[in-house]
Amino acid sequence: MSDESAKKKVTIIVFSGDLDRVMAAFIIATGAASMGFEVVMFFTFWGLNVVKKNEGAIPAQGFLRKMMSRMNRGGTKRLPLSRMDMYSVGRRLMKRFMRQSGVPTVDELMAMAKSMGVKMIACTTSMGVMGVPKEVLRPEVDTVAGVATYLGNASEGNINLFI
Amino acid sequence: MEADHKLDTFGLLCPMPIIKTAEKMKEIKLGEVLEVTADDAGIKEDMPAWCKATGNEFLGLEESKGEYRVYIRKAE
Repeated sequence: MSDESAKKKVTIIVFSGDLDRVMAAFIIATGAASMGFEVVMFFTFWGLNVVKKNEGAIPAQGFLRKMMSRMNRGGTKRLPLSRMDMYSVGRRLMKRFMRQSGVPTVDELMAMAKSMGVKMIACTTSMGVMGVPKEVLRPEVDTVAGVATYLGNASEGNINLFI
Repeated sequence: MEADHKLDTFGLLCPMPIIKTAEKMKEIKLGEVLEVTADDAGIKEDMPAWCKATGNEFLGLEESKGEYRVYIRKAE
């Protein structure tokens, strides 16, 4: 018999857009979901790079935002390592190691997370600041929201993480 | 120990063993025993923790030469 009657809840703010940090976020999310927890993930700032579509142009308004989108295209296949990325050599080596060890890719982890009911929310303020319109977000994103939604979820959360 | 169902997670690293266990447990009936085989050492701590969180019964673990055999019973 379980000693707590209420279902446990986990919130994860994904602020980072680094491959290694994002992997950790999804491994925690899927692990928690497999333990019957309710999981909500919030993607903000660099985390938005995780939920941008991999293909297609990012429509941006204004010269500076266009430059930013070009330098920060995002998408799961373009996430850098947080350390030792070495002009993308590091991330390719890391992906190779993970493939050899049988560790799922970010896309695979995201698919597993969705199939287990993990909720994914994109932050509207970051989207505005960084020029990421809704159409650019992957279908896995359930909704867009602001900090009040995050705080409402976190106040019910048993585990709240900032990655 | 005799098991009603078996799940092989050889070659899979965390979080895959517990994710697959969670999926498999949905298919089995209350009171039935699942045997999970793994070669990721994390399972030694992970399986009791998973059982505690989900209210299932952790029956025991056998270890030999880097291979782990875990038995759990579906309790709810």
